[in-house]
Amino acid sequence: MRFLDRLFGRNEPTSRQVAKDRLQLVLVHDRINISPAMLDTLKAEMIKVISKYVEIDPEGVEVTFSQSKRQSRLTADIPVVGPVKRPTRKSSGRAKAVRSQAEAGGDG
Amino acid sequence: MRATIVTITSGKGGVGKTTVTANLSIALAMLGQRVIAIDTDIGLRNLDVVMGLENRIVYDLVDVVEGRCRLRQALIRDKRLSELFLLPAAQTRDKSAVNPEQMIRLCDQLRPEFDFVFIDSPAGIEQGYRNAVAPSDRVLIVTTPEVSAVRDADRIVGLVEAGEKGPPKLIINRLNPAMVRREEMLSTADVVEILAIDLIGVVPEDPAVIVSTNRGSPVALDGKSPSGQAFRNIAGRLMGKDIPIMPIKESANALERLSRFLRG
Repeated sequence: MRFLDRLFGRNEPTSRQVAKDRLQLVLVHDRINISPAMLDTLKAEMIKVISKYVEIDPEGVEVTFSQSKRQSRLTADIPVVGPVKRPTRKSSGRAKAVRSQAEAGGDG
Repeated sequence: MRATIVTITSGKGGVGKTTVTANLSIALAMLGQRVIAIDTDIGLRNLDVVMGLENRIVYDLVDVVEGRCRLRQALIRDKRLSELFLLPAAQTRDKSAVNPEQMIRLCDQLRPEFDFVFIDSPAGIEQGYRNAVAPSDRVLIVTTPEVSAVRDADRIVGLVEAGEKGPPKLIINRLNPAMVRREEMLSTADVVEILAIDLIGVVPEDPAVIVSTNRGSPVALDGKSPSGQAFRNIAGRLMGKDIPIMPIKESANALERLSRFLRG
């Protein structure tokens, strides 16, 4: 089949790669045990808390989970527009404002 | 003697826990170890038929914990290897007939008598699993290179780690090297990367397993079969021998070789 695929220039991902990608995605959620709705709530509350200290662009906030070994990492990428409470200094641009870790461990 | 208690578990059913338990028990007994295999799949016992000892059952695990017989009376001595024993599960009860404390007490009684105590866990993550894991020193997780089995194995890894049992080790069962080569199956490296635990062995898919199970004569007894060799290697590793994990060879006939040549 691969011989024919190559002959006709088809280049679909292999079923092995599809299996691996799907597993990695589903396991991120299995390990954290957090629903997309809960993730949205988390994001909204985080924006609220951080906005008390610095002005951020809520539209640009990205919250993602990643995996390395059996550790899950929650990364929030939050664009900072400027300070809120202390109008002495101006900063701009994106800053990795929050990095926190969540221990993966099934339901533990 | 102070036995090592090894629990074989998987989460998903049908991935080969019982086959692995039977074969590792046999392979270690062949290496001169004194071994007992305990079936904790109460209500769905099978280790007895896989080991070919089903006709000799008088008492079972539940009889022992409920005190209807002495432990020694319930142990079935293997007909081929005199240092190998089986403690069968009850067939007419359910998982709640035994609790984790009883399993720990039972294994404490067995510890001075044996080198290895193998516990064949039922599928699932409920009481049967907890019974099987409670007394264990080492947990071996069996998976096949399929998404459902790997996903369930990941759940078990999480549970074992949360239960402070130390890092479990992985057995990949029924790997088909030809399918891996064609990128139609997760490879050993893929599964290890996803689960992120140490590998203790890879068992190739092998028709000899079914034939040997038909006869009640586990494949580890078969000197030539590739799966039997894989089980004997895992047994050696459990004894602390440094046996490298060999890449699994394809058994190819002329037609397969020709088609492989055409595929490139």
